Amino acid sequence: MSTVFIAFQTNETSRGIVEAITDDNPTAVVNEQPAMVKVDVPDSMTIYRSTIEEKLGRRFDLQEMQVHLITLSGHVDESDDEFTLSWKQ
Amino acid sequence: MTDIANAPKAATTKKPGLKERYALMTRGLDWETTYQPMEEVFPYATYEGIKIHDWDKWEDPFRLTMDAYWKYQAEKERKLYAIMDAFAQNNGHLGLTDARYLNSLKLFLTGVSPLEYMAHRGFAHVGRQLPGVGARVACQMQSLDELRHAQTQIHSMSNYNKLYDGFHSWRHMHDRVWYLSVPKSFFDDAITAGPFEYMIAIGFSFEYVLTNLLFVPFISGAAYNGDMGAMAFGFSAQSDESRHMTLGLEAIKFMLEQDPDNLPIVQHWIDKWFWRGYRVLTLVAMMLDYMLPKKVMSWKEAWEIYAEENGGALFQDLARYGIRPPLGWQQACDDKEHLSAQAWSTFYQYQGAAPFHTWMPSAEEMDWQSEKYPDSFDEYYRPRFEHWAEQEAAGNRFYNGTLPMLCQVCQIPMLFTEPGDPTRICYRESEHKGETYHTCSDGCKNIFDYEPEKYVQAWLPVQQIYQGNCFGPDADPTAADFNPLLEVIKWYRMNVGVDNSPYEGSRDQQNFQAWKQQTTSNAPAGGSPAGA
Ligand SMILES: [Fe+2]
Ligand SMILES: [Fe+2]
Repeated sequence: MSTVFIAFQTNETSRGIVEAITDDNPTAVVNEQPAMVKVDVPDSMTIYRSTIEEKLGRRFDLQEMQVHLITLSGHVDESDDEFTLSWKQ
Repeated sequence: MTDIANAPKAATTKKPGLKERYALMTRGLDWETTYQPMEEVFPYATYEGIKIHDWDKWEDPFRLTMDAYWKYQAEKERKLYAIMDAFAQNNGHLGLTDARYLNSLKLFLTGVSPLEYMAHRGFAHVGRQLPGVGARVACQMQSLDELRHAQTQIHSMSNYNKLYDGFHSWRHMHDRVWYLSVPKSFFDDAITAGPFEYMIAIGFSFEYVLTNLLFVPFISGAAYNGDMGAMAFGFSAQSDESRHMTLGLEAIKFMLEQDPDNLPIVQHWIDKWFWRGYRVLTLVAMMLDYMLPKKVMSWKEAWEIYAEENGGALFQDLARYGIRPPLGWQQACDDKEHLSAQAWSTFYQYQGAAPFHTWMPSAEEMDWQSEKYPDSFDEYYRPRFEHWAEQEAAGNRFYNGTLPMLCQVCQIPMLFTEPGDPTRICYRESEHKGETYHTCSDGCKNIFDYEPEKYVQAWLPVQQIYQGNCFGPDADPTAADFNPLLEVIKWYRMNVGVDNSPYEGSRDQQNFQAWKQQTTSNAPAGGSPAGA
């Protein structure tokens, strides 16, 4: 089993994104470090635009994540509605 | 709000919009040339032996179109400059944990920022030379990103140049100073390779496998030590990095899927560029463990998270193409116990020739090392460091006055030890056309032996000094009092006795203490700070 991860700068937008990730990916482990937050999930994680919009209370374009991203691992698959990181087994 | 809250989960309403938009922006923009044959328009596309049959199979997973690119990059810049300006306006430097921290930035500015500029040039070149339009668009974006990284780093660190020593001649030094030839030659090696090798060297090996080790723990450490300027440029650069990493991964998958004959070529490049990049990261190991006053994580911990765990998952995934982990991977994992201490020992000894300050760790910091490196620090490094600290306190600081032998490939002094024996210096020899060449490791020897004609041309600082090529025009080697090492330092444009002094007693240390005192008192702090 391999872990995928994504990390963001700590700010108000990324707080909502991380909450959305942990809601939609119950095995997520959140790791806070100075000025950044890293989320690990075994095998794959999916980030849904709709959940982020609920958390932030506004429209959100998933490509907006790029402004706050620090790093990630795994293969990326992105559409208008979801962003998935996974390792193919 | 209600329509958002009640909307079904995205999985059931998957729209192809983004993928379609990306396809429209990156397909059908190309044509077969008729005035000139395609081989002459793309002269570097085939000589490396990589076979590509269908460039339309190239997929950029981020599907970023040019209009979205400009929009988000502009937003990143606005955020970044707002933080940099606020930090400078508020005398942010006085919130640093300790002015020792600044020496990691001096190393960054002289060693890393010029590579950002070279990455800009490299991706512009490769973006011009790759015959596929999807790859060209992605390389063009990365080229612009890298230019932005160089500019924002220089801009952010220029604030420190107004107040502290050693920040003044970074570009001049990058082309001359002995240890800066390590990162410089790394990038020169990549940019003089073909376009496909460059994509594996920088896009994959450096960006995907290694860059996290520099930008994530070190920049988090900059924030931890109170440097909002470095935090802002580091994380802003890193926000582009996810796209760069994805480009590197796409490049390797694309090459491997296009033709089975590409596998051995790509595997060799992975072996080579993993080791080249890993050797450059020696400097980062030392920054994390010795140069950050407040430490976020050890080099060993960072290696375990970002190389062993993440790189392990990556190579397990790539095994379906027949790729195995790079040669040298196991040695790099074993050496995590020793890398930073061996590097810091070297810089401490050669303080006189380096334009940043060094010091021995305090008693408390040595305890941190013992805790993080229980299997190596107390046995191999503590006795040496305690001895040097005692000697320095007694006014007898150790300086090594003999120039070190350098590795022909990575250009690092022969400071690494034999695999499995940290008490014996490791070196390897190769013969080429009747000459003997020295390398620091099996990894560097393999690289040399595969392409000796490339590496015999290396501009090795120590050899160049001995050949008399590193003195200024006014130096007179026939003068009775000629001091060759002093002349070299002057040629580096180091402010002798200031930039290259030990931290203890340095002008940076004195100024920082004085300025710090002024922040909580109305009395002038013991005379005006030196050199302000
Ligand atoms: Fe960069
Ligand atoms: Fe080497």
